[in-house]
Amino acid sequence: MKKTISRWLDSDVGYSFRTSPVAIGAAAIALVCVFCALFAGWVAPHNPFDLAALELGDARLPPAWHADGTTKYLLGTDDQGRDILSALIDGARISLVVGVVSVVLSVVVGVVFGLLAGFFGGWLDAFLMRVCDVMLSFPPILVALLIAGVGRAMFPNAHETVAFGVLILSITLTGWVQYARTVRGSTLVERNKEYVQAARVTGVAPSRIMLRHVLPNVTGPVMVLATIQVATAIITEATLSFLGVGVPPTSPSLGTLIRVGNDYIFSGEWWITVFPGAMLVLIALSVNLLGDWLRDALNPRLR
Amino acid sequence: MIAFVLRRLIQSVIVMIAVAFISFLLFQYVGDPVSFLLGQDATPEEVREMRAALGLDQPFFVQFWYFLGNAVQGDFGMSLRQAAKVSGLIGERFPATLELALVAAFLALVIGIPMGVYTALRRGTFMSQVFMAISLLGVSLPTFLIGILLILVFAVGLGWFPSFGRGDTVQLGWWSTGLLTLDGWHHIVLPAVTLAIFQLTLIMRLVRAEMLEVLRTDYIKFARARGLSNRSIHFGHALKNTLVPVMTITGLQLGGLIAFAIITESVFQWPGMGLLFIQAVTFADIPVMAAYLCLVALIFVVINLVVDLLYFVVDPRLRVGKAGGH
Amino acid sequence: MSLLQVKNLVVEFPHRRGTLRALDHISFDIAPGEILGVVGESGAGKSLTGAAIIGLLEPPGRIAGGEILLEGQRIDQLPFDAMRHIRGRKIGAIFQDPLTSLNPLYTVGRQLTETIRAHLPVTEAEARRRAISLLQDTGIPAAEQRIDHFPHQFSGGMRQRVVIALALAAEPKLIVADEPTTALDVSIQAQIIQLLKKVCKERGAAVMLITHDMGVIAETCDRVAVLYAGRVAEIGPVHEVIHQPAHPYTAGLMASIPDMESDRERLNQIDGAMPRLNAIPPGCAYNPRCTQRFDRCLQDRPELMPAGATRAACWLHAAATLETAR
Repeated sequence: MKKTISRWLDSDVGYSFRTSPVAIGAAAIALVCVFCALFAGWVAPHNPFDLAALELGDARLPPAWHADGTTKYLLGTDDQGRDILSALIDGARISLVVGVVSVVLSVVVGVVFGLLAGFFGGWLDAFLMRVCDVMLSFPPILVALLIAGVGRAMFPNAHETVAFGVLILSITLTGWVQYARTVRGSTLVERNKEYVQAARVTGVAPSRIMLRHVLPNVTGPVMVLATIQVATAIITEATLSFLGVGVPPTSPSLGTLIRVGNDYIFSGEWWITVFPGAMLVLIALSVNLLGDWLRDALNPRLR
Repeated sequence: MIAFVLRRLIQSVIVMIAVAFISFLLFQYVGDPVSFLLGQDATPEEVREMRAALGLDQPFFVQFWYFLGNAVQGDFGMSLRQAAKVSGLIGERFPATLELALVAAFLALVIGIPMGVYTALRRGTFMSQVFMAISLLGVSLPTFLIGILLILVFAVGLGWFPSFGRGDTVQLGWWSTGLLTLDGWHHIVLPAVTLAIFQLTLIMRLVRAEMLEVLRTDYIKFARARGLSNRSIHFGHALKNTLVPVMTITGLQLGGLIAFAIITESVFQWPGMGLLFIQAVTFADIPVMAAYLCLVALIFVVINLVVDLLYFVVDPRLRVGKAGGH
Repeated sequence: MSLLQVKNLVVEFPHRRGTLRALDHISFDIAPGEILGVVGESGAGKSLTGAAIIGLLEPPGRIAGGEILLEGQRIDQLPFDAMRHIRGRKIGAIFQDPLTSLNPLYTVGRQLTETIRAHLPVTEAEARRRAISLLQDTGIPAAEQRIDHFPHQFSGGMRQRVVIALALAAEPKLIVADEPTTALDVSIQAQIIQLLKKVCKERGAAVMLITHDMGVIAETCDRVAVLYAGRVAEIGPVHEVIHQPAHPYTAGLMASIPDMESDRERLNQIDGAMPRLNAIPPGCAYNPRCTQRFDRCLQDRPELMPAGATRAACWLHAAATLETAR
């Protein structure tokens, strides 16, 4: 284990990471966020969903450093007395979970389709590529909104899980295309190589060939795409939640919090919106930075 | 070349039919198409007549044909929520969205392209890194948050710009425009900037990446070896070669502005199609959703076609055949 | 007086694991109007030498020592603006791949006139006239029409002719030709080489012909320099180097050219391979592969010394030096 770590640290990628303060900073922030997200229950000072613990009298308090604030609610409270900091951490967790799950699903779907299209070619390939073209030309927000809308129409009294499912499905469906394309390209390249032809002739199952030979070659670009897409997925989810068609209101994500806070901007209670907003930006930014760094590190031409 | 245009036209028609099909599925099977077409307050007789007219017992493709016929004329029935014809609703909102999109597109291009060129030519300088940092922020900030922040700072905080609505508009026949009044312009600034920022970022990064690629090519190396000035090389050769692929990708992206406008219109309560669509999604107003889908698809398809044709005009390799010779 | 003098040129590539020395004290001269061949295996440093001379070394590569003099003036440390006036006007360059050397979006004529007017104070009409005559000189038929064609309308051989025309457009005194025929069909190669020789002799331009093809060298050059591992192994008149090579490496190269007449079963080879830049042995770089090495070869690096009609960097000829000195 130690040997693998030291070997990775010494590689070009590791070197690039070690010498890039931005990458280290971004990774640190991302790790903190992930940690908070995973252990939200322990980290958050209050439980924002425990209706019994809410005191309406504490509603709309400004952050602790203001004259009217208290240290009990470090970042202030919203219109119902919920602690912003706790809601923030919880919201971050939901955002991250939705984002990561969607991307993982996108990757799986995209890679599978890409492998199939590249390996078997013919009409399957042509059809999938047309679908990709059409999907790529539509902005993801539109597709996500449509699916969310249809989901609402089909399940008017949506259960929480269904709402989440529809949300994750809509984000997944907008993301898989890029992986399919990349993997298809690599599969086409590998398929024409002689060792693959030899394997086919001797009867090795195509799935085995695809898994053992093509997959390792595409991990690099797929990882870069996936990292950047996590940021996009988080932002898409936030946008959908902001517009009211994302996560169910019982599990507010950062987007929902921002929407709630939006109503109070004009009366001067800016913190209800700004802090969730800042958290969202922080997460998206650090993930984007990591993705950028990863892409540069893996690009042989820039080394 | 005629063959190419024909082929693209046919492809476009196929895409439109596919989209119409999806719309049709939505219309017929998610909810009740009769109430979509007649509204909630129809009498039982009207319902019966409509059922017969729709031929709901007819084979699938007859129904689809009926739907297509209506769609081509712009008739998508009545909005579930607003008891008004969908085509009327969309028609009245369309100018607002289009104007917003155009102003935002203009901003994104006029700022994004020069920024992209600058960061490519002056790699590693301070300003260049500032621009790259801004671009990173642009990709990490969701559009709605940008809108909210702009409202916070410029509308609530500084009070320079209004934060919602379209302001005074002038009616030119069917089209209502906000661009002919100062108040209209006052109102369009913040939403247009919000909408433009994301596109601007993408354009800037694209131009930069493309230009860096071009600067690495052999013909640029040869141009340098011939002793051409930096100005000729950068703005005569590299820029032109950069803009050709950028132009097509940007054209397609600008189509996306229409869709992104949904978010901006929500934040600024801008009375455009996007706001209408969001309300439709929230209330499961299928006819409006179906109509919006078809309209946006049409806009996309048209933009795609125009961009493809533009490529023909700009890239000589596509125009003339090879002449050969030794 | 020599047209070009390269003295102890050192080119290095800083790398995070240390500095790689790609050219290690290269020295040679080119007289006005002469054709010098620069030959060697891939990786020996031929193209780098050409790049260094025209000042187009790709960063992080840099000139770390030595001098390059053109007509007695140093050009290796000139700022960009001064160097750009030399490129094209005093030194022209031709690169390997004609397909990528020309900007696909500009007509051949535009690229020619632009080069001419960048260096010579002529009108547009005059530049065009000269461009047409250049195209005619390089053997392009119907030059008056083809001047307005785009690069993709020419075949590979034709394009290389255009490239040669471009390199000569500003009337330079030296042309650096980096593998000008490697990317062409064998049947075209001979034509292009003949053309290059003809137009350069006509204009009194010297040529530094970089190639790995000894046949081309034999046909075209007046003198030849043999490069090995970033150093000059041997340099001298073409006939002598080919028929009486003084350096064991050159001898090995000559012997490995297949002979149609002989009846051998296996081709001659030099055992081993050229060392990597970070693993060059002390002393003479060739010593691991040399069949005639002795102790001194492993310790001291030989400088170029007279060896019959040529000069070779080999201790075998040290005795000869001592002889003539006495």
